[in-house]
Amino acid sequence: MAPVETVIRVRDLVVDLQTHRILNGVNLDLMRGEILGFVGASGAGKSVLTRTIIGLLPKRHGLIEVFGVDLEKADEKEKRAVDRRWGVLFQQGALFSSLTAGKNVEFPIREYLGLSDRLTREIAIGKLEMVGLKPDVYREHPSNLSGGMVKRVALARALALDPEILFLDEPTSGLDPISAGEFDQLILTLQQTLNISVLMVTHDLDSLHRACDRIAVLGDGKIIEAGTMDRMLASQHPWLKAYFHGVRAHTDWQVAVKG
Amino acid sequence: MTGRKFLTGRLRGDGLALAAAGAWTAEHARVLEPLIDAATRRGSVRHVAIDMARVERIDTYGAWLLERALRVWSEQGCEARVTGLSAGYRGLFEKVHAAAHELTPESSRPHSVTVTLESVGRTMSSVGDDMFLLFQVAGSMIMAFLRVLMRPVTFRFTPTVRHLERVAWNAVPIIVLITLLIGAILAQQGIFHFRQFGADIYVVDMIGVLVLREVGVLIVCIMVAGRSGSAYTAELGSMKMREEIDALRIMGFDPVEVLVLPRIVALMIAVPILTFLGSMAALYGGGLVAWLYGGIEPEIFLARLHESISVKSFAVGMIKAPFMALVIGLVACMEGLKVEGSAESLGAKTTDSVVKSIFLVIVLDGAFAIFFASIGI
Repeated sequence: MAPVETVIRVRDLVVDLQTHRILNGVNLDLMRGEILGFVGASGAGKSVLTRTIIGLLPKRHGLIEVFGVDLEKADEKEKRAVDRRWGVLFQQGALFSSLTAGKNVEFPIREYLGLSDRLTREIAIGKLEMVGLKPDVYREHPSNLSGGMVKRVALARALALDPEILFLDEPTSGLDPISAGEFDQLILTLQQTLNISVLMVTHDLDSLHRACDRIAVLGDGKIIEAGTMDRMLASQHPWLKAYFHGVRAHTDWQVAVKG
Repeated sequence: MTGRKFLTGRLRGDGLALAAAGAWTAEHARVLEPLIDAATRRGSVRHVAIDMARVERIDTYGAWLLERALRVWSEQGCEARVTGLSAGYRGLFEKVHAAAHELTPESSRPHSVTVTLESVGRTMSSVGDDMFLLFQVAGSMIMAFLRVLMRPVTFRFTPTVRHLERVAWNAVPIIVLITLLIGAILAQQGIFHFRQFGADIYVVDMIGVLVLREVGVLIVCIMVAGRSGSAYTAELGSMKMREEIDALRIMGFDPVEVLVLPRIVALMIAVPILTFLGSMAALYGGGLVAWLYGGIEPEIFLARLHESISVKSFAVGMIKAPFMALVIGLVACMEGLKVEGSAESLGAKTTDSVVKSIFLVIVLDGAFAIFFASIGI
């Protein structure tokens, strides 16, 4: 099952925020069916890159292709078609606080598919169950949910339309290690059952190790290194050495990686 | 994709053979659902065989529709078999099969009369709670004020000045403009109707008394409640939402002393100043219209005004201003501190703040009117 098709292609991307150059010539590929972990120092521009790819931030120049569609040249209809094929999990969940959890998940289904009420509800409940929640969460308002549950509901909403690409912005931050572990497992299961491609911004070394097929490292506005965990561990780049062999890194990884 | 058959069926005795094709995905779910529902409604079927071999792609939508049909058949006591499903989709089907896709029924829904009565009861008790909370905030503000009086160095002077700039200085243009217009409208209406009796000149009396005693302070208070009270509620509410108030509390600060007191002090200084400016602007507007529309020369207007009003009328208006400011500030801060987690609650509390403070301002104005009448001013 070698991933061949490139679903996201980023070339020479330059992004400025006000007068600061945040990204300066980023090249990045996301293959179909892979989970790409995306790391970098705080403030290196990881969120800026994901937000630029999904079109929330303007770029200075460069190329962003999603499913072979250049988003700059695409018309409104093509853009909407692409929007339908990706799901985004925001860092704080970004659930609509005026809607119940269930209505949050139903929202994109109603907007895009126009299914019968019954099917819409069944799918929404199914999505909630898929991310490991009880069906009755459907009736709860986001303000009554814990942080971990909000993330799960937000993931269910991101998955509502069965997207082919999933963007996760620090999905395990703020979760306890057990929930974080379950979340990683969930992402892996979803990747296997639905064959989705995942771009995951994370600082969680365990997630990187357990869930990610490939890791890309952002620094100085560029991708410093991209490849498997083994390659990261072997890298001589000073920042990578500090990151993967620092005090927070487990030395038993090398053993674990090889099984 | 149009015209492609997603599902074809053949009935043979008590057996149904279905052949599925095409992409069983989200975008075709709308077409698929009625087809599958129709298939499950063919009565007197004992065996169903579904051949999925020619299906190109399945996602959770297609998988759930198939699963739903299987559940219906098994309920009807009908034996269903799925063949030709690609091995890659097994995980997906297991996931979909494991999920219930149903809500547990809600605990018995109460009768609509009970619901109405309950909501009335809740509203009434919340009015009581509101009064209690208002006095609580007022009490803790007085305590904070007394503490500050004992140790004046602890008074937060800089924030008070900053709030004063926002609620007084920045409000001057709009307050002056609105009260000027109100004064002008009062004068125009007065002249229009009084002229029928040849009593034009009494318009000056009316404007003088009305503006200085009532309209000036009321208009200013309503404007301030809408402009600054709502801002206070929204600020304190979002601070509450982001746990900033809890942070203050655990650091040993009293949120009332740090956040509420400077805001209310600023408001109590601002509203009398604005009331004075507003009253003057309303008199000016009235005088302008009396001159241009009613032909009452400015000298005559001033002389008449001098005769008809006294310092008392002016004082009656001004005395009310700080009390009304206190009510607006207390209600705004109280509502802000009541905000809960959601964005909706912030909006609701801001609305409540404006509505309640305007209501209380008018009630207070009535109480003052009774008081001044009984002491004969």
